[in-house]
Amino acid sequence: MGSATQTIWAYRRENGRIGVRNHVAILPLDDISNAACEAVAAHIKSTIALPHAYGRLQFGADLDLHFRTMIGTGANPNVAACVVIGIEPVWTQRVVDGIAATGKPVAGFSIEGNGDIATVAAAARKAKEFVHWASEQMREECALASLWVAAKCGESDTTTGLASCPAVGSMYDKLIPQGLYGCFGETSELTGAEHLAAARAASPEIAHKFMATWRAYQEDVIEAHKTSDLSDSQPTQGNIAGGLTTIEEKALGNLEKIGKNTRFLDVLTPAEAPNRGPGLYFMDTSSAAAECCTLQAAAGYVLHVFPTGQGNVIGNPIMPVIKVTGNPRTMRLMSEHIDVDVSGIIRRDMTIDQAGDRLIEAIVRTANGRLTAAEVLGHREFVMTKLYRSA
Amino acid sequence: MEQIPHVLVHDRRDNVGVVVVENLTAGANLLCVVTEDDSEFRCALQQDVPLGHKVALRDLSPGDAVIKYGQDIGRVVAVIRRGEHVHTHNLKTKRW
Repeated sequence: MGSATQTIWAYRRENGRIGVRNHVAILPLDDISNAACEAVAAHIKSTIALPHAYGRLQFGADLDLHFRTMIGTGANPNVAACVVIGIEPVWTQRVVDGIAATGKPVAGFSIEGNGDIATVAAAARKAKEFVHWASEQMREECALASLWVAAKCGESDTTTGLASCPAVGSMYDKLIPQGLYGCFGETSELTGAEHLAAARAASPEIAHKFMATWRAYQEDVIEAHKTSDLSDSQPTQGNIAGGLTTIEEKALGNLEKIGKNTRFLDVLTPAEAPNRGPGLYFMDTSSAAAECCTLQAAAGYVLHVFPTGQGNVIGNPIMPVIKVTGNPRTMRLMSEHIDVDVSGIIRRDMTIDQAGDRLIEAIVRTANGRLTAAEVLGHREFVMTKLYRSA
Repeated sequence: MEQIPHVLVHDRRDNVGVVVVENLTAGANLLCVVTEDDSEFRCALQQDVPLGHKVALRDLSPGDAVIKYGQDIGRVVAVIRRGEHVHTHNLKTKRW
């Protein structure tokens, strides 16, 4: 499994990137344009609206992150074409221009002075054109390792550190040397293992950058805002029910996702696209599943592997999320949410190496078009990260 | 034919292991396996411990470090005897 010659069937986009889905996205610039986007998506089949909660009165780094997330989402190779709707034309055009830089079809519509009904009519006509065009795009044979595959774990328990996270680590150890782009994040959730994470940086300079990012979150967010010792949030109640007691224990299990041999090449800001070539990257993200996945998709990742212990049900509207569990109880009670069962590891009838191969097989099948559990169950969690209150 | 382990231990230095089967009750003679090197040992379970929860592999006193993955995961805050349940009632983070 995972040999250098292994291939997948995927969409090669105008900028050379590889996509595994062929969405026509209807993207609202702001919260008040959600209704128009949802109306377009209800009328024009094979489109997907991406409603979210923000986009008004943001400023500074928070506004930069908003634009980076919007543009990155539309630019993601899993999106064939994109319609952008915003309340006013200037910011709408800024998102359109950002997406257009990839070469893909994109069009913007603004509501002010037109009203929802005329805007929806014009946007729907363009969306219909895009759907016809997208439906004739053909998959072609591409190297498996040309994929960008992100990882994040959720509803973790002690089986996560024993089985599902090491399975992801085995996959990364096999595919990253072949040219895969990987990504891990969850800044707060590396607390207790930050020294081990820093030691996996590709250079002392990147290790320093990682520690500065980790420390900034401790000081600027946790120390500034905590009202208790965080023991009900990190670990979560679900984590505690699953047997995890402290953040240190949770972090050590979490870090198993990056395998034994990888080094991370850079520390990315939220939703920042990697630009140091193939390899593993750390992104400064929340540990909340939907926020983290949304940022990773906006950075250009086209697939996601998600180890869970107690059974997180997360999905993403444009990036397939492959769920992996090593917990036999979760497998028994929530099997409809799980794509890859690695519970054999804790019975000692499956090795971590075999689990990594099983995950690679699931990546290949999902890349080729097999829908994930989260896709079939309609999980489309699209959650913007907000750095501070709007003006 | 290997037996299915009751408890998995990440690292030989660890003083706790994880229960990996359901419905274990006090008195069980646990088969413990260290995943690092596949070595095995036995430990008597003193309390009912659910799947995924930790059991002490040696006697621990308040102030001791609990070691898992060969790393410090927090401090002991109540006396724990070998074979007893280790969780939020007797182990606290050293961080926030």
